[in-house]
Amino acid sequence: MRLLRPNLTLRRRMALPVAPVTDPQTNVLPPAREGNTALRWIKENLFSSLFDSVLTIISLLFLFFALRLALDWVFNLAQWDVITENINILMKGAYPSDQVWRIWLGLYLLGAIVGINLRAWNRELNRTTIAIAAIPLILALLPFASENARINLIIIQVTSAAAYLLTSILGDKRRRQLAAVMSILYIPVFILLLEGFTDEDGIMPLVKSDLWGGLLLSVLLATVGIIFSLPLGIVLALGRRSRQPAISALCITYIEVVRGVPLISILFMGNIMLQLFMPQSLPPIDRVVRVMMAITLFTAAYMAEIVRGGLQAIPKGQYDAAYALGFSGLKSMRVIILPQALRIVIPVIVSQFIGLLLDTTLVALVGLFDLLGIGQAILSNPNWLGRSQEVYVFIGLIYWILATSMAFASQRLEKNLGVGRNYDESQ
Amino acid sequence: MSAFYGSSIRSSWWLWSRLSWFFLYSNMVTALRTQKEVPISYDFLHDTAGFNLGESAIAFTCTDPIHRAMLVGLLNTFKVSITGIALATLLGTFIGVMRLSTNFLVSKIAWAYINVFRNIPPLLLLIFWYRAVFLKLPRVQEAIVFFDPVFPIYIANRGLFFPWGTPTESWSTYRWILLAGFVLAVFVAYRLRQHGKRTGRMPLVSLWFAVILLVVTLLGYVILPDPLEITKPALKGFNIRGGATLSLEFWGLLFVLVIYAAAYIAEAVRAGILSVDRGQREAARALGFSSFNIMRLIILPQAIRVVVPPLISYAIGFTKNTSLGLAIGYTDFFAITGGLILNNTGRAVETLTIILLVYLTISLIASLILNMYNRRIMLSH
Amino acid sequence: MNRNSAPARTEDPIIICRDVQKWFGKYHALKGISMEVMPQEVIVIFGPSGSGKSTFIRTINRLEAHQSGQIIVDGIELTHDVRNIERVRMETGMVFQQFNLFPHLTVMQNITYAPMYNRKWHRSKAEKVAMELLERVGIPEQAEKYPAQLSGGQQQRVAIARALAMQPKMMLFDEPTSALDPEMIKEVLDVMIELAQSGMTMIVITHEMGFARAVADRLFFFDEGLVVESGTPDELFNFPKEERSKQFLAQILSH
Repeated sequence: MRLLRPNLTLRRRMALPVAPVTDPQTNVLPPAREGNTALRWIKENLFSSLFDSVLTIISLLFLFFALRLALDWVFNLAQWDVITENINILMKGAYPSDQVWRIWLGLYLLGAIVGINLRAWNRELNRTTIAIAAIPLILALLPFASENARINLIIIQVTSAAAYLLTSILGDKRRRQLAAVMSILYIPVFILLLEGFTDEDGIMPLVKSDLWGGLLLSVLLATVGIIFSLPLGIVLALGRRSRQPAISALCITYIEVVRGVPLISILFMGNIMLQLFMPQSLPPIDRVVRVMMAITLFTAAYMAEIVRGGLQAIPKGQYDAAYALGFSGLKSMRVIILPQALRIVIPVIVSQFIGLLLDTTLVALVGLFDLLGIGQAILSNPNWLGRSQEVYVFIGLIYWILATSMAFASQRLEKNLGVGRNYDESQ
Repeated sequence: MSAFYGSSIRSSWWLWSRLSWFFLYSNMVTALRTQKEVPISYDFLHDTAGFNLGESAIAFTCTDPIHRAMLVGLLNTFKVSITGIALATLLGTFIGVMRLSTNFLVSKIAWAYINVFRNIPPLLLLIFWYRAVFLKLPRVQEAIVFFDPVFPIYIANRGLFFPWGTPTESWSTYRWILLAGFVLAVFVAYRLRQHGKRTGRMPLVSLWFAVILLVVTLLGYVILPDPLEITKPALKGFNIRGGATLSLEFWGLLFVLVIYAAAYIAEAVRAGILSVDRGQREAARALGFSSFNIMRLIILPQAIRVVVPPLISYAIGFTKNTSLGLAIGYTDFFAITGGLILNNTGRAVETLTIILLVYLTISLIASLILNMYNRRIMLSH
Repeated sequence: MNRNSAPARTEDPIIICRDVQKWFGKYHALKGISMEVMPQEVIVIFGPSGSGKSTFIRTINRLEAHQSGQIIVDGIELTHDVRNIERVRMETGMVFQQFNLFPHLTVMQNITYAPMYNRKWHRSKAEKVAMELLERVGIPEQAEKYPAQLSGGQQQRVAIARALAMQPKMMLFDEPTSALDPEMIKEVLDVMIELAQSGMTMIVITHEMGFARAVADRLFFFDEGLVVESGTPDELFNFPKEERSKQFLAQILSH
């Protein structure tokens, strides 16, 4: 084969010196441009060229003026008494003060459930889980927390830690079962706690949902929306894939109609029209429940699309394998496919939850007193005239903290637990 | 997929869904019959509206029919969403590119922007901006004035006032010049395209198009004796007269929806540019392309395919979000139909059905465009 | 294209590298590489992964900037001067492991864009040359398809045609066959052998030792950012001097 290239190679082989051979051990040089790493970092990331330097200076000026404006407002101009005076109303709305212990009791339970879940799903404590677990303690240390709130927050922290430790006694499988059961039961129990019983003189008299409000209501609406929309969304997602044209058409229509219209129109419908769909014999549903139903019906359409995305991510081989092992259609879906699909979409569900929490502000437009609605109500009080900036900034801050911390925690848990990963990647 | 439903399950589900629909429907019919004794009818659309609308692109008085009020609302919705989507795309692209900057500070500022505006409810932002900032603007008499006297812009708690031109006699001639300029620009662009196709090097067609249009517009304006009479807003007594006005409700809604949507668009743009494989840039560099041509010929055409689909769904979202205008009294389609008309007529089922149908139509048209776009990409991929 | 009959234009090396060094942060990737390549010469570089061979070949058209030492390509020293670098890149065709074809352009556009935009050729000339090249690499019928519609071997042959369309003075191949299925490797190697026989100056990173035996003038064995050993195929295959070269060759030749 070499004959194909006559005399070229031969000629050159003689003409060229062989490249110098150097020994790696004797010829290791230090990295170029060693020196102060901080200075080098600044040069590379802020002043790498003339244009870069100009950008850096503009950014610094912008940051300086923005920060000065913001700090001046926060510390000098803003009058924060509107927040400190109304913090209770902002948190719980018009919920009667003598019954507030029921909310705290619910939060003790929540602390316990967080503790159990952290123990059940995490092999060991790491920075993220500790940060999540310590939220009550962090809140207790906040400057504007009242004495009463502090004590309760510390009790939540203790309950949480106790639940964590007690769960450690159980085996791995038992822990997870306990965590799942408790988590599912929690929302109905909590709502029952808030609502109470019709018995006037009993220990837990009825607190009508019209009185629920503030942050409590916002979080409750979003949580109820996500939890109840999940089963509905699964049904819709499966229905959409059905071979029966009537069923799939019905599901597709529902999903597309709901996703095609603004949430506010669904809330209006829930508020006005839900009553029309119910039998006359039943008593009228109260407003909070109507809004909860509207939110659930709204979220279900989005949840259906999330679940569908998860189902599509499952490789066909999984279906084949399930059949080959003799699973029936429905059983293979329930035992093999759905658990995998749901595991994949957990992070998407979390971000849907965050989105829904932000969207619940719309209920203020149909007359509910969620965090924003309560804020508006406070501002309509002549005593607090002209404090709108303080109130809205505070509410915005709460939403921002909730949303970012949840997004952060979800990201970290995703990494730690390996949930949300695609099937192929986890192999 | 079908095999997942046992036949018994399938038929029972079918039965159940029919039963439940029937249950709901019969409940509604009984309720409507017994409670209100008004059958569903859309005749009220022809009744006179009985209310006035401040913000309207077409003539509207309180004696006009209700369906015309709905049209006014729809036009107001489009006014905000079309301007807003264009502005949000610009701002979002700018911030997305900032996010990709190698400059640490620039990238972090863009990150902070995205993080903040994605994690605050847009309704809160809207109410904050309208109530706590815009309404605290000074009264008309003490309006803030910019660029006086060349191009005076008045900002007050009643709106934003700016100079505007009204046509004079020479306007009709100027219109012809503009038309001629447009035709010329189209012609030149067409020839440039042809030339580009023949030689293989495509010139910057849209740039030439814009330059020609601009030059003709300016030339015509200079040559003709004032085709437009510019009236400047000025304080006269308790009012500002002259020029044109845009309401604070419009600005508030536009502003907030733009900064909110831009945060999402920025992420989409960033993801789009990052989605183009590193090797593409390297291969183009190895072939000797300049960095401008790498961007124009290799990176952007590929990034756009990734960016456009989410962009279309954000555009749908933007249009749906204009319904937040209700909160600050901007008379968009939802505020007029679901607010004013519903309250005035009490026809809940009818108005809400119309609302659903209108938004659904908008969404369906947008999805149709999206599907067409996706299919075109599939063909050329 | 047929340079086989033409006399060698010059006896000066077309690529000169002197003590080329490169760091990635603290990682010393190239610890002083020196190499001279004559026109029409075929160089094969091989070595374990992470040995710096890919980094080295990318410094020659400055996809990676070297930090010390000297690189002179076709009489132009590679410095921070941007104009020179684009000229050098036009004279240096490069073929990548992952093909890096432009997915949004047809095969024809992939090949013609660079000469049209960078050599300012007229479209008709560019398309004529592209068609000739496609015939040379054996896939003229695929001209109007998109890269995603081609097999890996066909894509890599398009990538070779794309690089050749600029009529470069030398070609760099960065593991052109390692992303390919076994049955497609041969079709790409055949094109490369034909190219070598036509007198193209080539630097090829590959572990295809059959190819090296067939057309390489010199072999360079890289390890840990250094040239451990170099020489003719005969010398390296039959009488390797260094222990590491022996071991590595034993590994790759045993397959």
